[in-house]
Amino acid sequence: MTYVGSRHTRIEDEALLRGEGRFIDDIHLPGMLECAFVRSTVAHARLRAVDMEAARHAPGVVAVLGLNELLPHLASERLPLGFALEAIEGEVTPFVLAKEEVCFVGEAIAVVVAENRYLAEDAAALVNIDMDILPAVSDAANALVDAPLAHTEKESNRLKEIKQCYGDTNEAFKRAAHVCSLSLKQERGAAHPIECRGIVAHYDSPGDQLNVWSSTQMPHEVRALLAKTLGIDEERIRVVVPDVGGGFGAKFLMYPEEAVLACATRLLDRPLKWIEDRREHFLSAIQARTQFWNVEIAIDKNGKILGVRGHVTHDQGAYTPQGFNLPYNASVAMPGPYVVPAYDLTVDVVETNRPPTIPVRGAGYPEATFAMERLLDVAARDSGLDRAEIRRLNLISVEQIPYEKPLKTRSGSTVKYDSGDYQTCQTMALEMIGYHQFGHRQQTAKEQGQYLGIGIANGIKGTGRGPFESALVRVGRSGDVTVYTGATAMGQGLKTVFTQIAADALGSHPGSIRIVAGDTGTISLGQGGFASRQTVTAGSAVHLAAVNIRKKALHVASHLLEVPEEDLSIMDGRIYITDSPSDSVTLAELAEALAGAPGYALPADVEPGLEAQIHFSPPDLVYSNTTHAVEVEVSPNTGVTTIHRYVVANDCGRMINPTLVEGQIHGGVVHGIGNALFEQMIFDENAQPLTTNFGDYLLPTITEVPSIEITHMESPSPLNPLGVKGVGESGVVPTAAVIVSAIEDALSPWGIRINEYPVTPMLVVDLITRAEKARESIG
Amino acid sequence: MKPPPFDYYDPSSLEEGLQLISTLDEAKLLAGGQSLMPMLNMRYLAPQSIVDLNRIEELRFCRSEDSSVVIGAMTTQRDLAASPLIREQLPLLVEALSHVGHLQTRTRGTLGGSICHLDPAAELPVAALALEATLQVRSAKEAREIAMGDFPTFYMTPDIMPAEILTEITFPLHAAGTGYAFEEFARRHGDFAIISVAVSLSLEGGQVTYARVAVGGAGSVPQRARLLEDALVGARPEDSVLDEAVRLSTDIEYIADVHATEEYRRHLFFVLARRALTRAARQAASES
Amino acid sequence: MSTDMDKRRRRQIQVTVNGQSVRREVDVRLTVADFIRHELFLTGTHLGCEHGVCGACTILVDDRAVRSCLMLAVQADGAEIRTVESLAQGDTAHPLQEAFQDHHGLQCGYCTAGILMTLVDFLANNPTPEESELKNALSGNLCRCTGYQNIFSAAKDGAERLRIEEHSDDDIRR
Repeated sequence: MTYVGSRHTRIEDEALLRGEGRFIDDIHLPGMLECAFVRSTVAHARLRAVDMEAARHAPGVVAVLGLNELLPHLASERLPLGFALEAIEGEVTPFVLAKEEVCFVGEAIAVVVAENRYLAEDAAALVNIDMDILPAVSDAANALVDAPLAHTEKESNRLKEIKQCYGDTNEAFKRAAHVCSLSLKQERGAAHPIECRGIVAHYDSPGDQLNVWSSTQMPHEVRALLAKTLGIDEERIRVVVPDVGGGFGAKFLMYPEEAVLACATRLLDRPLKWIEDRREHFLSAIQARTQFWNVEIAIDKNGKILGVRGHVTHDQGAYTPQGFNLPYNASVAMPGPYVVPAYDLTVDVVETNRPPTIPVRGAGYPEATFAMERLLDVAARDSGLDRAEIRRLNLISVEQIPYEKPLKTRSGSTVKYDSGDYQTCQTMALEMIGYHQFGHRQQTAKEQGQYLGIGIANGIKGTGRGPFESALVRVGRSGDVTVYTGATAMGQGLKTVFTQIAADALGSHPGSIRIVAGDTGTISLGQGGFASRQTVTAGSAVHLAAVNIRKKALHVASHLLEVPEEDLSIMDGRIYITDSPSDSVTLAELAEALAGAPGYALPADVEPGLEAQIHFSPPDLVYSNTTHAVEVEVSPNTGVTTIHRYVVANDCGRMINPTLVEGQIHGGVVHGIGNALFEQMIFDENAQPLTTNFGDYLLPTITEVPSIEITHMESPSPLNPLGVKGVGESGVVPTAAVIVSAIEDALSPWGIRINEYPVTPMLVVDLITRAEKARESIG
Repeated sequence: MKPPPFDYYDPSSLEEGLQLISTLDEAKLLAGGQSLMPMLNMRYLAPQSIVDLNRIEELRFCRSEDSSVVIGAMTTQRDLAASPLIREQLPLLVEALSHVGHLQTRTRGTLGGSICHLDPAAELPVAALALEATLQVRSAKEAREIAMGDFPTFYMTPDIMPAEILTEITFPLHAAGTGYAFEEFARRHGDFAIISVAVSLSLEGGQVTYARVAVGGAGSVPQRARLLEDALVGARPEDSVLDEAVRLSTDIEYIADVHATEEYRRHLFFVLARRALTRAARQAASES
Repeated sequence: MSTDMDKRRRRQIQVTVNGQSVRREVDVRLTVADFIRHELFLTGTHLGCEHGVCGACTILVDDRAVRSCLMLAVQADGAEIRTVESLAQGDTAHPLQEAFQDHHGLQCGYCTAGILMTLVDFLANNPTPEESELKNALSGNLCRCTGYQNIFSAAKDGAERLRIEEHSDDDIRR
């Protein structure tokens, strides 16, 4: 029985279905107090005084703390830069609690600690904040032109310029047969896992040990950052991740609230809990984008791309907790699966008085793909080529793989697409949706007053990001196998996937394998869950560690059974002589033997224990690819877009569990539909958020989404022992692009161009109205 | 997002309730809670007292009277939608209910609560307006009747005093030959309406003898499209007539918010009113 | 003995929760969601938004699906509450739970309890729904992980399993 590749039923499900999951708010510790944060209600202000007296005397309140109260117990007033690859000039990370200047609505100013959350909120309302309101910069498009400073101590709102450049774009654009330009706007959206953030912090004072439970995607990084923030030894901190109700990037960083609770629990010597509510998530959790892309593409008379160039303004928000992953990724991802001989993109990362932005699912790839795919659509139209044909022409061919692009990933290695057959993938998607028969469908529908459109888009995603991930596989004396890993579960079925991998590698039954993820107390190094990395990195680590144990087990068994290793087989935790199966030894017996017994000598070349630890360092990113095609109907009366069919041809290398792969694609596509049609964080000119609840900010529900048809390709990656690639984000990469392309196609009778998303019904009606007026004034 | 502190009362009879609220300052009445509880959880308001009407069973009923249907204010939306009486006699209300919230919210949400809350985008006030419902409002001292059209005084502000409770809503029934339709545009199933249009229309001899058109989601209160109604009465409901009648509806007030501009709301009104009129007229023709 | 003042702020309630009678004194402003999670430690029901949109907190009150974040515990006095913990009978999973497992109808599991309880109510009153009716019934439950597709397959399959169970119960009764 081979488990890898099978649609193994998820082991996580039973407990979750029974309501026996243990999420952060399910954790109760004796004597625990609950916290509520006092947050800024204006986007930019100088703090003159924070009067906590009335709050301190409110019923059930144990403490009200601001930065000043915490400072004696902090090594730093600001959070350290997360995942710091390169130093960033200037002070850019958030404060633990606001210091002198608040810089976005929702920034935490003080924390109330009380017997329960109800009382804490009552007291929070009594905290009196005296502030001088300062002008705020809300729109990143103006941030460098004629706008107030997001931070008064700085000289400019420009944080950083990211430049990607290779080939000779001047030459390319000079000799082009067609040059097509676009100005694109990609609106702010957010992650919105259904479970908000949360943390429980408990300082065990006799043991001088800080225990933290956090609904986070990266416990080891949180531990490291807490150690730096508090000025204590990392080994005295344990971070445990409970069940997590979704992350999507919102839990992919350490937040001020985590530092506050960790510090306050030591100060107060009481266990503390803070559970974010949805309103707080709207205000203070990270968001993605806004981005303005001004880009152009040069193509020759045959439709081949000669060059792409342009400029992006990226809204970083008020603080930078973690570097510039999103805009950097976007700048490198734009050429995508296409041959782009010359490329020149500059990204201005600017500060505004909006919440900080870091990667949300897709991490810059959706944004870059949107720009590239829109350019290809315009180029197709201008040159008279079919949209699928112009793509086919320019896709990197399978003969060219592995394909190096003269671009560097964040870790400094060259961008190299390791495997994949992009043209076949596109062909599969086109066939599934009946692309070549669509013209006829569209025409027939139009005669009946229906406006159908079709779209196609390609995406790639760098997955399996390093520098490494860890796995420690240990066989206990019962024969049960425990796998500890620095990887973190947040709903993707990680435990099931690793069980399948370990079962095959070890020859053990899945029922005897247990995965323990997200606990820094069980494994010392790890990175966590983000960037579609864990199947590649942790999966490979689990595989290699299990293989090492298998090798050792066979070695020791061969010694015990007195036969060469080649004569042995292993199945369900039992090693037996292939030709004489009753002569066997179990993993349990081996573990017992290797644990040592007084007077019993181990074989000379064998270390005690039946365990192995691996930190798998992927040599490079591995690139998954996907082609989406969609058929939509647009109602010109109401502007509503209905998706009739959505097809995905996806290649994530070897699939460990196809059912889980499909689930990830479904989720990613629907998040992409949210981005394309529904989701928009709206701010006014004072950077005041106007969409702060689920009635104003619209997530797709079951009635808005189509059934997604998926076909798989498997181009194994040569860069890891399993041949796997990540899939967690593929679903969202080309989604906005493909839907907008289809809507434009449906509205082609009006010649409408759509250069932004979300494409709301109101926008469609507005575009149609303007097109009709323009036509009238001409005709 | 926890509610602020308040004094809680749950009277078990109407009389007890009326007496109680005549003595309280700053009391908010709690009906289904589907609108009030989110506001409390978000601390948009902090009333001194909450008076819970859910134990007043005498306010939950549907009954047939002479030529009308009377519904108790605390009747839940779920019970209304399932009631054979309502399904038979007030199909416009049932159609409106299919757009109201979701299964979970209709379990507790009430007809009276929705009408008193007067969210501009809510469906039930619009349906009640088109059906020319009459509201009975009572205090400890007296009872008064208010036409639904007179009930909204201002944005989310009904003609109801602090010591009054809406007790029942009376819907007059129409003779045969009446058609109806409820059209709504919302971004997702169950969302509040960006525009909703409720039509009740009677034909006699192929001519419109009676038309009531109510619009929700457009302005700050539910509105009657009176110019539209005037244009319909006495006419035959042919396409060109309906087109013209809708075009003449320049008396609708429109607001702008994060969901829609005034222009878009106007545009949608024209589209939805047209659809609703066609459907209602077709149905009226088949009835008469 | 509570004074009148106390009665306005704290009440004794008696609720039947998953078949068991429970008596507690609670603050009047305590929501049903917080009551079942933090007083009774039935943490299977989750909070996703606390303003009545996401549906994660859906439970049954007197057999009807309700958003427990929008109801006060004192309003449940005398009522019967059922939460997700009541679905399985010992080792035997509820047909809906089986269906969700078979169809990969959950990923992080946070929204799942609310969806299961919504379906228990809906399918009890609509055992053979049209696809559109089933979708409408689930439109008040948000999920960010699954994209809903497998939730829908699971719900359809669950409805079928419940119908079979109902028929076999009929057979047994005969």
